[in-house]
Amino acid sequence: MRQSNLYIILYTAGLTVLCGVLLAVAAEGLKPQQQANIALEQKRNILTTVLTLDENANITELYEKRVKAYVVKPDGSVDEGKKVEEISIVDEYKKPADQRLLPIYEVVSESDPNKAEFYVLPVYGYGLWNNIWGFVSLKSDLSTINGVSYAHAGETPGLGARITTEEIQQRYTGKKIFEGSNLVSVQMMKGEGNDYSDSPHKVDGMSGATLTAKGINNMLMDYFKSYENFFKAKMNNKQAINLK
Amino acid sequence: MSTQVEEKKAAPAVKEKSEGLFSQKNRKLLVDPLNSNNPITVQVLGICSALAVTIQIQTALVMALGLTFVTAFSNLFISLIRDSIPARIRIIVQLAIVSVWVIILDQFLRAYMYDVAKGLSVYVGLIITNCIVMGRLEAYAMANKPWPSFLDGIGNGLGYGAILLTVAFFRELFGSGSLLGYKVFAAAGLPFQGNGLMLLPAGACIIVGLIIWAQRAYNKHYEE
Repeated sequence: MRQSNLYIILYTAGLTVLCGVLLAVAAEGLKPQQQANIALEQKRNILTTVLTLDENANITELYEKRVKAYVVKPDGSVDEGKKVEEISIVDEYKKPADQRLLPIYEVVSESDPNKAEFYVLPVYGYGLWNNIWGFVSLKSDLSTINGVSYAHAGETPGLGARITTEEIQQRYTGKKIFEGSNLVSVQMMKGEGNDYSDSPHKVDGMSGATLTAKGINNMLMDYFKSYENFFKAKMNNKQAINLK
Repeated sequence: MSTQVEEKKAAPAVKEKSEGLFSQKNRKLLVDPLNSNNPITVQVLGICSALAVTIQIQTALVMALGLTFVTAFSNLFISLIRDSIPARIRIIVQLAIVSVWVIILDQFLRAYMYDVAKGLSVYVGLIITNCIVMGRLEAYAMANKPWPSFLDGIGNGLGYGAILLTVAFFRELFGSGSLLGYKVFAAAGLPFQGNGLMLLPAGACIIVGLIIWAQRAYNKHYEE
């Protein structure tokens, strides 16, 4: 009996149902907590690109006080009808660069809520094994990188996964994405241990993770291009985009 | 080193009779994998993740606990249903049970240890294919009662964890100059640059090799 085909089919079906139920219960039960983690992580990532947060900082409160978020159209103008929460970075990433709706997180001065100190933009791309994403914050000149915060889905721990470390992310601080009015972006170079402090568009590489670095370079260029019109509009006429 | 503990005798007999929960035989199931039957250094299983996740003590610890959890409960479940499993699909049944526990573990880490889960994402998923888990299911749980199988899973998880933590200790100390994130060299006022080799899997490979050497010299174990 135990070797008959019918027994095997019934056994497999029963096992599948049982496993499915167990997994569904686990996934649904833990979902709210997971989503809360993701939302908090996003706020933390936006803030860490501009501020040094201590461990006990109240992320939610700080975010609401300092961050003004809005959506930018491909032509560089603000889409008043859309909210940042309605935009899925993943869905927008699949569209051609000139059709994306793009969120911008404007970090305002602590003393003057109308004065933008930093612009934080999300970036999304593909590393070596899986997707990578993150946030880049630009100073008010819209060319100098103030900080970056990267995350990944499956880069190799100890190699490509180092993009999430402070050590790697710090290398981007102070680099420029524009050369005059030309968009140049920032390149992570091959090899590690070189000094690129004199070069505004190059950062030191990650030994053993050249392909993840390439993914980062492509991601940055791709998104800076998408935001280029917005940057230029802002640079040319700071008043042209009227917020709120 | 935490691996060099008690007992040096041969592996326990497979058959169990009714006996106390922590009889001598059952205790051996827990203790033997720490040294004389260690899954990494003696059985040479689970090397892949031992090389990959040992860059920090914290990740090694979570991985070790995760694997212990998965091995123990997979062993328990497979042992419970071992008489009903059709022989022709037993590997698939084992994989299904292991996958369920691994996914539950992964979901749990994402909910309650989000930072660690991000760093370990690939490797937690890969516990499904970890040779230790499948190896123990095939070699032990399919032929033994639930309680000894559960203990065998815990024992092997701990043996794996002991090696992982030892490797992680040296890699984090000499690679990053820290222990559990605490910068020990900096705190002691010593200048320390960090050894890049220790941050690469090759560094882990060397340490595992040294551990195997030391353990075999200590146990006077020689390949025939």
